[in-house]
Amino acid sequence: MSHPALAQAFVDNRERAQWHDKALWFVREKRDRMAASVPEWELLRETASGIKRHTQSRMAEYLEQFEANATKNGIVVHWATDAHEHNEIVLSILQRHSVKRLVKSKSMLTEECHLNPFLEKHGIDVVDTDLGERIVQLRKETPSHIVLPAIHIRKEEVGECFHEHLGTEKGASDPNYLTEAARHHLRERFCQAGAGLTGVNFAIAETGGIVICTNEGNADLGVGLPKIHIACMGMEKLLPRAKDLSVFLRLLARSATGQPVTTYSSHFHGPQPGCEMHVVIVDNGRTEILKSPEFRRSLDCIRCGACMNTCPVYRRSGGHSYEATVPGPIGSILTPLQTPEKHNSLPFACTLCGSCTDVCPVKIDLHQQLFTLRELLDNKRLIGTSKKLSMKVVSGVMSRTWLFNLLGGIARTSLRFMPRFLIYNPLNAWGKQRDLPDAPKQSFRQQYAERQKQKGGGKS
Amino acid sequence: MKVALFIPCYIDQFYPHVGMATVAVLEHFGVQVDFPDAQTCCGQPMANSGCMDEARPLAEKFVNTFDGYEYVVAPSGSCVSMVRNHYDHLCDHHDERSAMVRRRTLELSEFLTTVLKVSNVPGRFPHQVGLHQSCHGLRELRLGPSSEVMKPRDGMMESLLTGLEGIRFSTLSRRDECCGFGGTFAVAEEAISCMMGDDRVNDHVSAGTEVLTAGDMSCLMHLEGIIRRRKIPMRVMHFAEIMAEAIGAEKGVRSV
Repeated sequence: MSHPALAQAFVDNRERAQWHDKALWFVREKRDRMAASVPEWELLRETASGIKRHTQSRMAEYLEQFEANATKNGIVVHWATDAHEHNEIVLSILQRHSVKRLVKSKSMLTEECHLNPFLEKHGIDVVDTDLGERIVQLRKETPSHIVLPAIHIRKEEVGECFHEHLGTEKGASDPNYLTEAARHHLRERFCQAGAGLTGVNFAIAETGGIVICTNEGNADLGVGLPKIHIACMGMEKLLPRAKDLSVFLRLLARSATGQPVTTYSSHFHGPQPGCEMHVVIVDNGRTEILKSPEFRRSLDCIRCGACMNTCPVYRRSGGHSYEATVPGPIGSILTPLQTPEKHNSLPFACTLCGSCTDVCPVKIDLHQQLFTLRELLDNKRLIGTSKKLSMKVVSGVMSRTWLFNLLGGIARTSLRFMPRFLIYNPLNAWGKQRDLPDAPKQSFRQQYAERQKQKGGGKS
Repeated sequence: MKVALFIPCYIDQFYPHVGMATVAVLEHFGVQVDFPDAQTCCGQPMANSGCMDEARPLAEKFVNTFDGYEYVVAPSGSCVSMVRNHYDHLCDHHDERSAMVRRRTLELSEFLTTVLKVSNVPGRFPHQVGLHQSCHGLRELRLGPSSEVMKPRDGMMESLLTGLEGIRFSTLSRRDECCGFGGTFAVAEEAISCMMGDDRVNDHVSAGTEVLTAGDMSCLMHLEGIIRRRKIPMRVMHFAEIMAEAIGAEKGVRSV
């Protein structure tokens, strides 16, 4: 289905769409207060953008530096060209150690690679330990937001889900009670797990270490208890120096949730004694994006989700309307770049308001890229024949002033005399919930010409 | 000073009074206005649809029509942004004429503020005004401070209106959220577009807006469409109309 159809379905439940919009706007406002409390906020954004652009320009160099330093630290580094290779690598590590139970903290990359169903098919029990992700997993859904995966679900629905799966009291929806139940349930899973898998927020080339930011401490528990830690990262997560974190850690949580910093910013520089640590570095189309000057900067993304929280379309259409691992503005760039045929409606699920560009902590020119992406879709003949045809017609009319004047006059006259039911026919999408403007007798240029004549000067 | 007036195609056809108000305001401040008759559309609908081949002839036509003027002024931030920010991609990079036209095309409040240095507008407008911040004017032309960016900046339209006798401004809960028009988005994503418009209108109703205004008639066409359908008693006026009415320079030019 296309975005407009799924968005329409989401909006049909107006009360829910309004609640969803308000919940995310609340996060956006928290972000505004936090950003305003940092006097050098704009300088931080500028610096972060500069560091990212520098890193992308020397990607290969920094990746090799990271690999060398991580290996020195005792980390096993793996390289995966695509999702399939990534999944195979993770599976082979687990199989080598006969791991049957895996606990995971949040990783959008493994969502992108569809790791969970792949591992489950091979008989491995996968438990997402981020509370929101666990809720989504129990409901057999996908995350609708990259930072707040269960933002589309109300607490009453969480209560129902937990009643069914965790045996909480029927009808209970108190967040504290439900969280406590999830805590007990997850604690058990942590203790039973043979391996822990995490995402990576930042990988530091200079130190060969990685940084993982969470609010629940689930990454730390997940890798601290089992003997094997597998960290999966897209290759763009790289930063050159440890001191770059002083820029990014200040931006990340403030932009994401309006917190001064995430509750846990955990640094991992190698395995515990007697344990193993693996880092899987994934390309999966990123090199292609890196090659394109127009879209390269989309790889600067630090996955804070601020563009989703601010996007007036995302807030009202819900994350699932994008049918993509990463929804919202950044997802509407990354996803169609990979699968333009399937996701051709996403770059148009946008009014080009530019709020995402202004909110982005690393200054990705998001709405400009969405604009450019539309041209790319047109070049691939993926914008739809009726749209293309109407644009050809309009362009032809507008290229001829006399024709524009003639047809404009005819349209205005028809609108003036056509009965309302004919104007507001079922094909008129504009008129479903909106009136059309009144059609004036004269166009501006006619009025202006008359006025000039009256003034006696004619056209100046 | 001789200035070319660019009246966007939909204003030409549906809002002639906005064009006339723009003329009145410019003439009030001593500008000699010329309306080049060949003008039609800047090409934005095509460009926003990804159809650059269809937008290109209109960009070229625009440059040919407005070449040679000291300034080109339009009562629309969105169309001006199209010319200023996207024509470099559509026109020949080495064409000095297109570069000149691009640089010299200004939005009305921008022209009044930065070129004419108008600061105090005499006049009276005893109403509560709700200022809708049109996105392209705000975030692409930077005609005012966007709520996301932590950098103080004066809002040009607000500064021009604020001195008018009796004027009051609405305090909105979301001061610069998009109205949901978005060109073809308004039709292609009708459900979201109308919900966004409803939310903006509701914000203005709660704030007590008597007159809703903006620098772009396209946002106002969408919002007025909703206001009329819902029969909400709120006047909708382009920024140029308020200026013209306030300074009393609009005698005899309003005819709908």
